[in-house]
Amino acid sequence: MMVLATHLAAHALDLVLLVPLLFGFGLALLPSYRVSAALNVLASFLALIGSLLLLVARPKAGEYLQVDDLNIVFIVLNTFVAFTTSIFSATYIAHELETGRLTPAYLRFYHAMFQIMMFGMNLALVANNIGLMWVAVELATLTTVVMVGIYRTPEALEAAWKYFILGSVGIAMALFGTILVYMAARPVIGQGLESMAWTTLIQHVADFDPGLLNVAFVFLLLGYGTKVGLAPLHAWLPDAHAEGPTPISAVLSGLLLNVALYAVLRFKMLLNANPHTIPAGPLMVTMGLISLIFAALMLYRRRDIKRLFGYSSIEHMGIIAFAFGMGGPLANFAGLLHMTMHSLTKSAIFFSVGHVAQVKGTQKIADIKGLSVTHPALGWALAIGVIAIAGLPPFGIFMSEFLIVTSTFARDPLLAVPLVIGLLLGVGALMLRLSGLVFGEPTGRTDPVQASYIPLFAHFALVLIAGIYLPGPLVLWFQHVAHLLG
Amino acid sequence: MHGFAFDIAHLLAGSLVLVSLLLLYQDRMSALLNVFALHAVLLALSVGWQAHIQDAPHLYVTAAIALIFKAIIIPGGLRRIVKKLGIHREIETVVGIGLTMLAGIALVALAMVVMLRATAGADPLAREDLAFALSIVLLGLLMMVSRRNAVSQVVGFMSLENGLVLAATGAKGMPLVVEISVAFSVLIAFIVIGIFLFRIRERFDTVDIGALDQVGGERG
Repeated sequence: MMVLATHLAAHALDLVLLVPLLFGFGLALLPSYRVSAALNVLASFLALIGSLLLLVARPKAGEYLQVDDLNIVFIVLNTFVAFTTSIFSATYIAHELETGRLTPAYLRFYHAMFQIMMFGMNLALVANNIGLMWVAVELATLTTVVMVGIYRTPEALEAAWKYFILGSVGIAMALFGTILVYMAARPVIGQGLESMAWTTLIQHVADFDPGLLNVAFVFLLLGYGTKVGLAPLHAWLPDAHAEGPTPISAVLSGLLLNVALYAVLRFKMLLNANPHTIPAGPLMVTMGLISLIFAALMLYRRRDIKRLFGYSSIEHMGIIAFAFGMGGPLANFAGLLHMTMHSLTKSAIFFSVGHVAQVKGTQKIADIKGLSVTHPALGWALAIGVIAIAGLPPFGIFMSEFLIVTSTFARDPLLAVPLVIGLLLGVGALMLRLSGLVFGEPTGRTDPVQASYIPLFAHFALVLIAGIYLPGPLVLWFQHVAHLLG
Repeated sequence: MHGFAFDIAHLLAGSLVLVSLLLLYQDRMSALLNVFALHAVLLALSVGWQAHIQDAPHLYVTAAIALIFKAIIIPGGLRRIVKKLGIHREIETVVGIGLTMLAGIALVALAMVVMLRATAGADPLAREDLAFALSIVLLGLLMMVSRRNAVSQVVGFMSLENGLVLAATGAKGMPLVVEISVAFSVLIAFIVIGIFLFRIRERFDTVDIGALDQVGGERG
């Protein structure tokens, strides 16, 4: 039995890492987009199977890779949303070919990049080495930059350029922080790979030089924070979401932001484990609050529907950073729950926005009206999504926001005031938009919906179930991880 | 002997900071690229010296990348782009040169204060290398925000990256340094190709970032 378990575990990591890598290169060679779309779904499915196997049979931490209680949450979420997105993408992307926005050659490239991006994100999550993690995040960034610019319109190229420059500055700062962590570790652990491995770093961090760790964390927070989309380093995010293909917007909001957040959380754990460093929490709380309030205000005057939800992602990443910054079992639990719910809801919203953009032929909010009359299923799906993301009951985000607000009130009522103001501002903006988009007299084009509804409603079902009843084992598991985060 | 090795390392790292400051006030494209090539040569020397004193032969690879890729190929490629685009005369700056220089000096001072205080316990070569490296990183950032033109922003980014490589090689025995410098070279190659593609597609008249702002009113 043990032999079988270890055998499975060894292959589970292969499924999560090697499958996307091999399929990525393979898909670049395949001429038919129908076949490559199907293979893209298959590869994402295999990676999902791999991550589920990791749940039951976990390999020992190696020199370069590790799977532990913290990153397994992210890996499962990552592969699941990637799988549903690949299904959505398979039914969505053919339409882009018909309208001439993409050529067959670019579509081939698109599928290859999708898998390489998944490889980068999965590698960043399972890396047991801070340098390897950095390289993986850079890989994921590069592929998303290419995807954002894939339509090659001036706006898309500009968005990709902006993302590229800001993202590069971010990863440069993250690398400086990474080097500083190594410098702090070397006198204690010694030269070599050991001094960059999470597993050894966390054991010895109490003896590290606190000054170096402090400076390192500031750079890491700013660097990876750029990728999380925290204000004031968020400028790339709305453009990148608005100009890229919609499945990529879903993956950006649902996954890439989480991967960067995971990096920040890991380094926060390091800092917390050293008694002489500055507390990492207040820094994250400040950045989170600024992002939340700023993005909530920005929601009001958006004219592009994908840009609107891009700002909403900044808002939610702010809330999540705030929750993890507050720390403690309850706030961490709420942060984890909120992150999961946001990933599921936001990617589902982008699926429905993708449908809307295809049937209406535009992303302008002013030209999208009366969806509930012309496309009832789509209109209601969008309405459900907006209600869920605004944090209204009975959806999962309501529960996590409620937990964050109550735990903040209990510990620091003054901090809860700006938090609640930000949340209410966000709800107001989204509700204003909702009535215009879904109700009223229909205008403009009304093409039939071609892409699949299945991924969309699967996500909403999960978010709804989580809002009404969280299964006991899941609660226990999240509580355990929340405890680890300190 | 240790004193001598230390002095040479210091000299090279210090010259890199100086050349970073030189980069700040170049107002002609060709001069900017020449100074950047000098920056890369100094980095190669500095990394080569670290490889020698740390007895770490793999660092010679990083030094070679710095010399061949950053001092020869990239400036050469950028020179061609500049010539093709006809933007070799003026570099648009956001604020005046004098103010930028003052800000640069302030940043160097800041880097020294922060790093030397924070790393009081570390060994002297490493901490002073780090202080120099942080100055170069901050000066690179300053250059990126104080220039409007895409080519000079890229030069700013590359000088910033040189500072990172300096820090990574100064950290004794750090693994993955070569891999990281290769990863960065790929990144830079992408950026340069990106600029080139902008032009080939002829989607823009200039590579002035300000002129790319098409979505204007939607900006947040």
